Amino acid sequence: MKHTISVLVENHFGAFDRVATMFSGKGFNIKSISVGETEISEVSRMTIVTDGDDQIIDQVVKQLNRLVDTIKVVDLSETYHVERELALISVGMHKGSMEELKNICDIFRGNIVDITIKSMMIEITGPPDKIDAAVNVLAPFGIKEMARTGIVALRRGEQVKIQKKENVT
Amino acid sequence: MKTPEKLMAGADIFFECLRREKVEYIFGYPGGAVLKLYEHLYDVDFLKHILVRHEQGAVHAAEGYAKASGKPGVVLVTSGPGATNTVTGIADAYMDSVPIVVFTGQVPSHLIGNDAFQEADIIGITRPITKHNFLVRDIKELASTIRKAFYIACTGRPGPVVVDLPKDVINSYCEFVYPEDVEIRGYKPNYKGHVNQIKKAAEVIAAAKKPLLYVGGGVIMSGGFRELSLFAHENKLPVTMTLQGLGAFPGTDELSLGMLGMHGTYWANQAVNNCDVLVSLGARFDDRVTGKVETFATNAYKIHVDIDPTCIDKNVVVDLPIVGDVKHILAEMASEISKSPDTGEWWAQINSWKDECPLVYEDKDGRLRTEYIIEKLSEKTKGEAVIVTDVGQHQMWTAQYFKYNYPRTNLTSGGLGTMGFSVPAAIGASFAVKDKQIISISGDGGFQMNIQELITASAYSVPVIFIIINNSFLGMVRQWQELFHAEKFSFTDLSKSNPDFVKVGEAFGIESYSTDNPKEVESLLDKALAVKNKPVLLEFKVVKEDMVFPMVPSGGSISEMMVKRLNPKRMT
Ligand SMILES: Cc1ncc(C[n+]2csc(CCOP(=O)(O)OP(=O)(O)O)c2C)c(N)n1
Repeated sequence: MKHTISVLVENHFGAFDRVATMFSGKGFNIKSISVGETEISEVSRMTIVTDGDDQIIDQVVKQLNRLVDTIKVVDLSETYHVERELALISVGMHKGSMEELKNICDIFRGNIVDITIKSMMIEITGPPDKIDAAVNVLAPFGIKEMARTGIVALRRGEQVKIQKKENVT
Repeated sequence: MKTPEKLMAGADIFFECLRREKVEYIFGYPGGAVLKLYEHLYDVDFLKHILVRHEQGAVHAAEGYAKASGKPGVVLVTSGPGATNTVTGIADAYMDSVPIVVFTGQVPSHLIGNDAFQEADIIGITRPITKHNFLVRDIKELASTIRKAFYIACTGRPGPVVVDLPKDVINSYCEFVYPEDVEIRGYKPNYKGHVNQIKKAAEVIAAAKKPLLYVGGGVIMSGGFRELSLFAHENKLPVTMTLQGLGAFPGTDELSLGMLGMHGTYWANQAVNNCDVLVSLGARFDDRVTGKVETFATNAYKIHVDIDPTCIDKNVVVDLPIVGDVKHILAEMASEISKSPDTGEWWAQINSWKDECPLVYEDKDGRLRTEYIIEKLSEKTKGEAVIVTDVGQHQMWTAQYFKYNYPRTNLTSGGLGTMGFSVPAAIGASFAVKDKQIISISGDGGFQMNIQELITASAYSVPVIFIIINNSFLGMVRQWQELFHAEKFSFTDLSKSNPDFVKVGEAFGIESYSTDNPKEVESLLDKALAVKNKPVLLEFKVVKEDMVFPMVPSGGSISEMMVKRLNPKRMT
C-alpha cells in the first residue's frame, strides 16, 4: 500500500543523503521524495512516498526515526492530510490544437507558462491523481518533456509541531 | 579581534576534548592529513597512542578495547587509504553495536571534491555502516562535534561514529568552548521501558509452563549481568544465549542451556522450538539464530526487550515489545513478578534433551581436536579469561566448549563475521583488562588476515596468548563444501601454502610453540599461561576434516538439525 511519510530533519550537511542511503540500503522503495524548507530555518521537511505492507512501513518509520538528524516522522496516510504536487508538462502543438490545449489547461486550472510555434508548456498543481489525469488527457498531443516535483503534504488542522530545542545529557 | 593568545590550535582542541572524554588510548596510524595532530600528540601525556600496522587493525583493536571495557574505543587515521582501510572494522562495529569513534584526516576543505591527493569521501562511504558521522567544516564546531560523537557512540544502542577532519580545520585556531551538555533534538534514547508492558511481561512469565530466556549481547552492553542472574534464579528460568550473549549468564550455571542457533546445543534449540513463552533480552532474532523464521518458536508468546525500536518486529513479529534498557527492565520485571512459574516438568523435558544428544566429540583415536583444546582452556582459566575468537569453526567450537562465566570476556565478530578480527581485537582488549588473561584464538586462515599486528603485540609487550587452530583448511568453508557443495573443496586447502607459524611468531619477536599431540596440550597451555608481560604464540595442528555439530542448515528449521556426521572420511 502507498504511504506518504513526512519527515522533519535537521538542515545539516548530508541529512538528505542519510535518508536516501537508508532507503536503498534497506531495500525500501521511494516513489517520490521532495525536500524543502519549513517555518524553522534549520529544519527541512522531506515528504516521501513509499509503499509496502504494514511490517515494511513500520520498519521505514522506525529506521527514519533512528537517524540522528531526524526530528520527527509522521505517516500521514494515517491522518487527514493535504497532498499537492506540481508538474510542468511540455506538449506538442500545431495551429489547430492550441484552443483544445487551452481548454484542457483551464479544466485542470493550469497555467500556460511557455509557448512556441510547436509546443506549449503547462503548469498544473494538485493532488497527484489530478496530475495523472491531466497527463492522460495530454498524452495524445505528444508529451515532449515532463517534470513533476513529487508530493508535498501537510496534516490538516493541527500541524506537526516541532519540538523545542532541549538539552539531553 | 581576539588576541591570538586567547585562541587555541585545532590540534590542541582535539586532544583537550579527548582528555575530557577520559580517553586513555588511541589506536592509530599517521599520514599527511593528520600530521598536525601527530605533531601535537608528541607532547600529549594524558593518553597513550598505540601504533598499529594497518588501519583495519586499529579499528578492531579499538573494538576489542571497547567490548572488554565498556568504554569507547578511539581510532585516528589519515585521509584516503588510511580512512578506507578502516571500513571493514567500522562495518564490524556497526553490526555488533560496538562504541567506537573513528577520527579520519581529510584533505583541506577547499580541495574536497577535487580528487585531491589522498582524498576519499569517507563520510559517503561510511554512511550506511555508522550510527552517525560528521564532517567538521568549521573549527568552531570541532569541540561540540567531538562531544556529540562520543555521546552518540556510547548511548542508546552503541555503535561506531566517524568524524572527518579536514586539514585546514585542524590547522586553524579558535576559542575553546567545551559544551557540557549535548543537544541533539532528534536523538533521545529511551531507557525506561513502558510500565504496563513490563507488568504484562511479568504476568505472562509467571503464568508460563515452558518459559525460556533468549539472551543477546544487549544484556552485556547494558551491564545487566546481575539482574539477569537474579531474575533467572528467582524464577528457575532456563537461559540460552546468542553468540554475542555468551558471558551474559555464567556458562557453568545449571540454568544455562548454552548457545542457540545454527551451531547451538540440541537442547537449547529444542527448548526454543517448544517453549510457550520466549523472552528475548537484548537480542535481535538474527537469521543465524532463527533459521527459517516461519518455524522459529511458532507456538511461543514472544516478548522482546530491546533498546533499539528498529529491532522489534524486524525479523520476527512479537506479541509484546518493550523498548528500553534491558538491565533496567530486568530489574523491573523481577520486582513485578508475583510468583515464579512452575517449571519442574519443563526442566525434566530439557534435561531429557540434554541426555538424548549431549555435546560430544571423538576423543579416542589419539588425534588432536579443537574441542579438547577449548575444554582444557576453559578448565585451566576457570572461564575467567578474556577469549577473543576469529571467524570459522574454531569460533563455533569455542562458543560451544568454553564456559564463559563473566560478561565482557567473550569478544568475537558476530554480525559481520570478520576474519582477521581476533589478533588486533585481543591486542586492544589487553590495554583495557589487566586482571584477566587475554587469549586470542584464530584459524590458520583468519590468523593471516591481520598477521601484521603481531609486531604491535610484541612492540608493546602485550600479555596475549595467540592460539592458532591449524586445520590446514579454511575450515568452515570446507565444512559447507562437504555438506552442501558436492565435496568440491574449491580453494580452501591451505595445507601446502601455510607459513611456518612458529617461525612467523619468532620473526615478530614472539615466543612460539607448536604441537599436534593431544598429550602436549595441557603442558603447552600451562607454559603459555605462565608467561607474563609479553605475548606468546601456540599453534595447534588439529584434525583437518572435522565439522562443527550440531548444525541447523542455513535457512532451515530446527527440526532439520544435523547432530553428527554420517560417514566421516579421514583426510590426510
Ligand atoms: C574477511 C572474510 N573473508 C571471508 C570470509 C568467509 N569465511 C568464513 S569462515 C571462513 C574460513 C575460516 O578459516 P580459518 O580461519 O582457517 O578458520 P576455521 O574455520 O578453519 O576454524 C571463511 C573463508 C569471512 N568470514 N571473512
